[in-house]
Amino acid sequence: MSTTVLITVPEKVRASQRRRRVQGSAPDAPPPSIAPSPLAKAFGYVALIVATLYFLVPVYWLLVASSKNNRDLTSTFGFWFAEWNMGTNYDSLIGWTQGLFWRWVGNSVFYSVSAGVIGTLFAVMAGYAIAKFAFPGKKLAVGVIMAGLLMPVALLTVPLYIEFHALGLVNTVWAIIIPSAVSPFGVFLGMVFAQSSVPTELLEAARIDGAGEVRIFFTIVLRLLSPAMVTIFLFIFVATWNNFLLPLMMISSQDLKPVTLGLYGMMSYFSPDKGAVMLGSLLGVIPLIVLFFTLQRYWRSGLAAGAVKG
Amino acid sequence: MVTVTAPAAPEKKARPPVARPRRGVGSRREAWTGWFFMAPFAILFAIVFLVPIGVSVKSAFFAQVATGGGLYGGGELADTFVGFDNFAAAIANPAFWVGMGRVVLYAGIQIPVMILAALALALLLDSFIVRRPGLFRLSFFLPYAVPGVIAAMMWLYIYTPEVSPILPFLPEGTDFMSPQTILMSMANMTTWTYTGYNMLIFLAALQAIPRDLYEAARLDGASGFQISMRIKVPMVRGAALLAVLLSIIGTIQLFNEPVIMEAQNTWMGKDFTPMMLTYNSMMGELTPSGSGPASAYSLLMALIAGVLAIVYALLQRRKGDA
Repeated sequence: MSTTVLITVPEKVRASQRRRRVQGSAPDAPPPSIAPSPLAKAFGYVALIVATLYFLVPVYWLLVASSKNNRDLTSTFGFWFAEWNMGTNYDSLIGWTQGLFWRWVGNSVFYSVSAGVIGTLFAVMAGYAIAKFAFPGKKLAVGVIMAGLLMPVALLTVPLYIEFHALGLVNTVWAIIIPSAVSPFGVFLGMVFAQSSVPTELLEAARIDGAGEVRIFFTIVLRLLSPAMVTIFLFIFVATWNNFLLPLMMISSQDLKPVTLGLYGMMSYFSPDKGAVMLGSLLGVIPLIVLFFTLQRYWRSGLAAGAVKG
Repeated sequence: MVTVTAPAAPEKKARPPVARPRRGVGSRREAWTGWFFMAPFAILFAIVFLVPIGVSVKSAFFAQVATGGGLYGGGELADTFVGFDNFAAAIANPAFWVGMGRVVLYAGIQIPVMILAALALALLLDSFIVRRPGLFRLSFFLPYAVPGVIAAMMWLYIYTPEVSPILPFLPEGTDFMSPQTILMSMANMTTWTYTGYNMLIFLAALQAIPRDLYEAARLDGASGFQISMRIKVPMVRGAALLAVLLSIIGTIQLFNEPVIMEAQNTWMGKDFTPMMLTYNSMMGELTPSGSGPASAYSLLMALIAGVLAIVYALLQRRKGDA
């Protein structure tokens, strides 16, 4: 029963989401026959609320802690604000980082956007090629890319460092952008979406009209695949922003550090200003949280495409 | 790199019936176009995946050895072929196995807890208990937006006695960072970060199950709990397999959390996990150092991760067939 591992579900999932949206005001109203009993409902609610507290309270504490100075952090109630010191913490953060903090955030944005744009385009091109063309070596290529999905990536970082060192790319932006732009998962998503949302008939029609393959891809296919592209971009963006081991190995100059690496350096100083560290952490997280809230439906379609059936 | 050698004919079968089979010039053109779109990714994939694997295999067989030509007996360092010496040294190094033991123990506790919690939360959200699951879904997923290093720094301070907001509420003598508890404290960090991600995978798989199935089961007298256990859980087994495999592979490489913890708890040492051992060997903080020993550790870890993943997949498959 559980022999097929990877299959394509987005069609079905999207259909069920559409069905729900159509129902209007109560998007997840069950048919009465499968509604839970009141007791089950009560227990379920308690469990969900406990879980919500577990996931949200640490982030809330980060916000509180980033407004306190070292003395208030140790002496006042942890889950509520004391004297408002966020301004002082901000000055301290900028001081400790020698004015480089926003540069590090900018570097993170630059690395994540560059890797996201390049990686998304290449992944979609490859996924489209796999879905729509027959070419020699295709089966092998698909097999190798899918093996790459399960490859322990951190283990590649050490040999990658050796390779990039030999190429003279260590401590350059390429050392972050090139490895981050390669996303086997992106190719997998691109393939799944190209299979389900690029009709072969449309391509044939465009060919008969005399359009070249490159033009077909950039004017028709990319437009059809744009939801998939947002999804792939998000996955690459977040993975790049969150990466720590890669910049830790590759980047030594202060000017090129992403924010994760910069904050780590700050924290490992002798007795840092803890409120400032927490404020830096908070500011390093906010861009991602904003991205999450605004684009969350794309996450779900990506995870749905990657989800599997037994 | 893959070159144009395999015959194109068998690929034809995979194409949908709508496309007429093309011959001669047409299929060659199609092959060219396919590779044209494939090439940019393939080249970067080779640079980032294939070449490093080759590099690590090669460098695992070499070590930096003093040539002895210098005036004081040291001389230049040269890459010398040392056969399986690096592997032998890695296998004989107790620090590697102690670290591996920690990581496996960690995985043995953290992964089941996280997967079961993710599954339970997904089942709750899929059971129409709440009218609008969107808000819960988003809150559970939020920690995934926090970079691992930053999450680790945050939890480190939550664990630190002077600033911790929770220690005042816990029994006297609670210590999150003693040698006995630190592994579990780190397990909490990864559970916090990744439970919501796994929950979304389960939720996506659950929502692909046709609803009629539940109504049919209800008519046959099944309770909500029975529907969850007998229908939903078996039907997301594939998603669970993937989630566990990715977690095993992720856990073997455990690095961010222990590095952050080590910055404050230096007793943990530079070789607390195999990935820390590998990194610090590469960077010359541990002896034997250099790319040879680091590559040997990397390859051994990849081997162990692969074996664990295959063993788990086989066990699951047998259970599925029974």
